[in-house]
Amino acid sequence: MASSGLELLWVSLPQLGKGAAQTLSISFLSIALSTVGGVLYGVLCSLNSKWLNTLLRVYLELFRAIPVLVWLYLLFFGLPIFFGLSLPSFWCAVLVLSLWGASEVGEVVRGALHSLPRGQREAGLSIGLSGPQLFGYVLLPQALKRMTPPTINVYTRIIKTSSLAVLIGVVDVIKVGQQIIERTYESVLIYGALFLFFFFICYPLSAASRVLERRWTQA
Amino acid sequence: MSALIEFKGFNKFFGEHQVLNGIDLSVETGEVIVILGPSGCGKSTLLRCLNGLEVAHSGELRFAGRELLNKTTDWREVRQQIGMVFQSYHLFPHMSVLDNLLLGPLKVQKRPLREAREQALALLERVGLLDKREAFPRQLSGGQQQRIAIIRSLCMNPQVMLFDEVTAALDPEMVKEVLEVIQGLARDGMTLLIVTHEMAFARAVADRIVFMDAGRILEQNPPEIFFTNPQTARAQQFLEKFSYVEALPKKTLAKELEPS
Repeated sequence: MASSGLELLWVSLPQLGKGAAQTLSISFLSIALSTVGGVLYGVLCSLNSKWLNTLLRVYLELFRAIPVLVWLYLLFFGLPIFFGLSLPSFWCAVLVLSLWGASEVGEVVRGALHSLPRGQREAGLSIGLSGPQLFGYVLLPQALKRMTPPTINVYTRIIKTSSLAVLIGVVDVIKVGQQIIERTYESVLIYGALFLFFFFICYPLSAASRVLERRWTQA
Repeated sequence: MSALIEFKGFNKFFGEHQVLNGIDLSVETGEVIVILGPSGCGKSTLLRCLNGLEVAHSGELRFAGRELLNKTTDWREVRQQIGMVFQSYHLFPHMSVLDNLLLGPLKVQKRPLREAREQALALLERVGLLDKREAFPRQLSGGQQQRIAIIRSLCMNPQVMLFDEVTAALDPEMVKEVLEVIQGLARDGMTLLIVTHEMAFARAVADRIVFMDAGRILEQNPPEIFFTNPQTARAQQFLEKFSYVEALPKKTLAKELEPS
């Protein structure tokens, strides 16, 4: 059993690798886009424009209230029906995860910027900084400390949630695992491998966030 | 010669509440103006309007001959001419002292590093903090931070400096070192607008005292006249409050120690 199990893993490795590559590329593309979108969201929120804030609020609540799975279905099946626009399942997953992730990261960025003393903004303005300079040199670097640990937490959630993409037809690492199980009935072995896969992607991230948090609270 | 700064019929509201009411004030180049008045009289707001941190509602505000209260005003440009120092310093905590000083000159004014650095170092030396140039704000005392905040503004080579209760958050021991820096600027002939509660300092440094109450300027006079012979009842009352402590009867120790 043990040797045949390892053998099975060994021969399945190329297939699992392909699935893992899908999972990782969806996750990391979504993480990158969430970060960009989230920072933008946070900065726009702190501009205190009334109509802009309403707009962002609506966006946030839509992604808070509606499950990611429903968004996936909505975009994957809805876009072709309502707009005659069909998105490949891979990009559909990236889009939904990014929009959801951006709302989560965005709230973190907004909170971090909001927690900075008002005087920082005024001091920056009083030496003639422009808006982008104020955020780039003064506000965001200070907010970075406060927002990094919770943002990393969002990242691990994006990686884990990416497995929902299976349901719109993405062949990710879990789907590949299921295919192998259907063929070989080695569910314990394969799910064990998947467990380790996700653990070794996500654990270093949360460990890093803890280390950063500790270092920065000491400083 | 026309005034460097000129407020005319200047009004400002916070909601319904009028914080500045028909302010007329003109300041000549090189003048040191100290603005006194009870808390909430609008003196800080007046300074903040001059720096564009608050928006005025009506009236005129001229700086170096230019009207500032119109939409086309480039406040970024004006703020480089009008430095401002705040009560709680607001140094950038993630930057070293030198980076705090150089941010404006390098990023806003795009000056060459060498020249900006030389000026920053010279100013650090002048306020006695050259050895702190690599330190971070949290490693400095309040007085040291405030001196850095002052020269951070000076590094922009402004024509005017605004001081908004810059010693109010400091321990008494540190007040002196900050006031000395301001006094040095006054001696050099810089135009200063100072909001403070340090009466003795106001008297020593001011060319003119502006006394405000409830959003209005009630009195403008040289310090000798203001402190010895205030023209308005409100100013008299205000000054009496400040001499109240000195006039308190001394507590008798013997009575306290008496066994009951």
